[in-house]
Amino acid sequence: MSLPPLIGDGAPGEPPPGSVVGDTLENAIELKEVEGLSQGQIVRRRFFAHRGAISGLVTIFLIMLLAYSSVGFTLGPIDVPGWWQWKPNALTPMLGRGDPTTAGPLPWGSHPFGQDTVGRDVFALVMKGTQTSINVMIVIGVVAATIGMIIGSVAGFFRGNIDQLLMRLTDLIVTFPVLVIGAVLGNMFVRSPVWLLAVCLGLITWPTLARLVRGEFLTLREREFVDAARVSGASTFRIIRKHMLPNAMGVIIVNTTLLMSAAVLLETALSFLGFGINPPNVSLGKMISTYQNAFNTRPWLFWWPGLFIILIALSVNFIGDGLRDAFDPRQKKIPSARKMARAARQQEQVQE
Amino acid sequence: MIIFFARRFLTSALVVLTSTLIMYAMVAASIDPLEELRGGNMANKEALMERLSQQLRLDDPVIVRYIDWLKGALGCTYGQCDLGEDWKTHETVTHALSGAIVTTLQLVFAATILAIIGGAAVGIISALRQYSGFDYSITFMSFLMYSLPVFWVAVLAKAFLAIDFNDWLRDPGFGPMTIGLVAAGSGIALGAALGGDWMRRARVFGATAVLVAGLMLYLNVTDFFIRPSQGRAVDLLVITVLGIGLAFLVTLLSTGLRNRKALYSALTSVGIGAALYFPMLEFWNSVDASWLIVILLALVALGVGIAVGYGWGGPDWGRSSRTAAFTAFLMAGLLFVDRLGQSWNAYVHNPRVKGRPLATIGSGTPNLEGSFWIQTIDLMTHIALPSVTLVLISFAGYTRYSRASTLEVLNQDYIRTARSKGLTERTVIMRHAFRNAMLPLASVVPVDLITVIGGALLTETVFGWHGMGKMFVDAMSGNLQDPVMGYILVVGIFAVIANFVADLVYAVLDPRIRVNA
Repeated sequence: MSLPPLIGDGAPGEPPPGSVVGDTLENAIELKEVEGLSQGQIVRRRFFAHRGAISGLVTIFLIMLLAYSSVGFTLGPIDVPGWWQWKPNALTPMLGRGDPTTAGPLPWGSHPFGQDTVGRDVFALVMKGTQTSINVMIVIGVVAATIGMIIGSVAGFFRGNIDQLLMRLTDLIVTFPVLVIGAVLGNMFVRSPVWLLAVCLGLITWPTLARLVRGEFLTLREREFVDAARVSGASTFRIIRKHMLPNAMGVIIVNTTLLMSAAVLLETALSFLGFGINPPNVSLGKMISTYQNAFNTRPWLFWWPGLFIILIALSVNFIGDGLRDAFDPRQKKIPSARKMARAARQQEQVQE
Repeated sequence: MIIFFARRFLTSALVVLTSTLIMYAMVAASIDPLEELRGGNMANKEALMERLSQQLRLDDPVIVRYIDWLKGALGCTYGQCDLGEDWKTHETVTHALSGAIVTTLQLVFAATILAIIGGAAVGIISALRQYSGFDYSITFMSFLMYSLPVFWVAVLAKAFLAIDFNDWLRDPGFGPMTIGLVAAGSGIALGAALGGDWMRRARVFGATAVLVAGLMLYLNVTDFFIRPSQGRAVDLLVITVLGIGLAFLVTLLSTGLRNRKALYSALTSVGIGAALYFPMLEFWNSVDASWLIVILLALVALGVGIAVGYGWGGPDWGRSSRTAAFTAFLMAGLLFVDRLGQSWNAYVHNPRVKGRPLATIGSGTPNLEGSFWIQTIDLMTHIALPSVTLVLISFAGYTRYSRASTLEVLNQDYIRTARSKGLTERTVIMRHAFRNAMLPLASVVPVDLITVIGGALLTETVFGWHGMGKMFVDAMSGNLQDPVMGYILVVGIFAVIANFVADLVYAVLDPRIRVNA
């Protein structure tokens, strides 16, 4: 028995995805593929088979390598120098109008991304700005994930009044655009170090994650293994930590990743408006706002910061997409026509 | 029901009250009105600071100031609004808000409506063609849009789209290269979207490419971009042809072309629209046009459509009425656009516009004088770029949501039942899948509206719109407590209303959800 295929789906003769025949075949292949593997191994395998996610992972790794090694970074008391010849805020001798160079002591010249109006090297600035964006992204991710996880799991596990209270708190925060609250907070911490601003932004970006975790916990707490744990005398904390959180990990990881890519855009947008990162710290958003009027005369001041924002956000988004596919048991990879045919043959043999 | 409303109203009021209190305290801590004086080097600096502190009551506790602000704000309920003033210019916040709210709402609604229609359409088609090249390209595009910084795109749009378009308008026309590329591109896109085997795709490609190329040649030959109106007789012909095309399209989607009664109803309403072409032009000349009349006429068009459908009768006249009403509405839209087009020349050659219609700064040409039509064109040329940039924020979201929910719905048992009882694919998709797939969007819209209002901060700043977003940004950097709070209050109330409306819409659309107290 076969159902009519979804319109325009697949070549004739191939069992369309979604039909009963297709389902059994895919299941057979999938079961064979995951035989004897733990959940973590399955997820890891699916993730590494996701082409978009892997390209995202490679891109973000290369960007980080370039950004941190080129201009160096400060980690507490340690100052790691970079290999690039200019410092981000150092004034370098102007070469003409400051156009990007293509030749010089190095194959790509002394200012591959050009210079700004006062002679600062744009490559060094963009690298420093990329570092800022990535640092802020990681801090926001950690803070928001922690808060969202705690609030979501407490609300979902205890339900009742605690749930009501916490959910009304999240409602309060999502009443306003995150950019508006961010601007108020950013203005408050204008003279503070970057990490403080990032922590504050983390304090307002958790509601989505908290709601999702709560939803997950509401279904998990009705499951038998939670009852089993409770009957065998596990404490509430232990049930949450050992039995429920691991099962909600998929939702948490996926949404933290998506939240982090949104965080990059949030930080740059705030800096663009002037309520985020301010000089002497470098932000890609601030660069774009400073140079937006120079667009027609010095386009390189505008293109490079934008390009790096997009690259960071896009790679993180792709990683998130790959993670979602890897964690979602309903998500099916479409097997190739050859694999389908082989599975069909095997099934026929079994039936005979 | 009444209890439900009362309860919702009470909780909403509480949300607004608490959120404004928290925001008031945060804003008070965030801004520093004395900043300029402190940095200055006037001789009587101390005295000036002292006086300003007293004027702004900076020494009073925040809660006292909040209660006073709240008293003024509560006055709005009985018509005596007092939201304070900008202490630098002494402009009252209510005055500043009154213009800004309209400006921003125009922008936000234009962007949201565009995003919902476009995003839902693309998302559904993408779901119907799951795992096809079209689906993958749409997925990639939506990821790219998720990752685009709005302010960056806004600056780009301002520099490229507006300036290049205005330059191009001096000597409009498409070269053979452009025509070839656009025709081939739209052919490939439509072929991929409609799907099917290679023969069908080739046919769709050929038809679309020829049609698009022909259209562009027509625009070239008639100098459409200089004179959109070609004389009334030609306009009428073009509108009628477009109307008939729309009638077929609407019927195809709503009932299928085999329902002759529906098709004839749709064509009849196109005929009525065409017959009313000259009378309508006379009508516009004799009355003082305004948005109220336009909206009323749109409603009249819907009514005429329903009547036409009823007139054609048949056992299932409701479907004919729906089809005819939708077609009549679109036909009325065409007539409206045509009337705008007739004023286009006057607009472009207006001494204030100077032949550069697509605006990059501001929400209207200053001191522009002219009829309702000129003003409307002016609004549209100004709203085009900011709303297109704003659409970017939410378009990808709507595409992803409608794709996901369509896929979910297509796997339901009732779709299988519908297919197995022999309904056509069109009926299954449009009547069974489409409506259910659109349900979850109702809960996404308010969240998205709030995001778009946030995005308006960026577009209004880049495009120099004097809306609420710009007012907020300027007030924050100018250390003005009251204007910031005015913005917060309006946005808070707006968010609460949006959520409430979404809940109601959801309850109306989904019979499984009951409004209970």
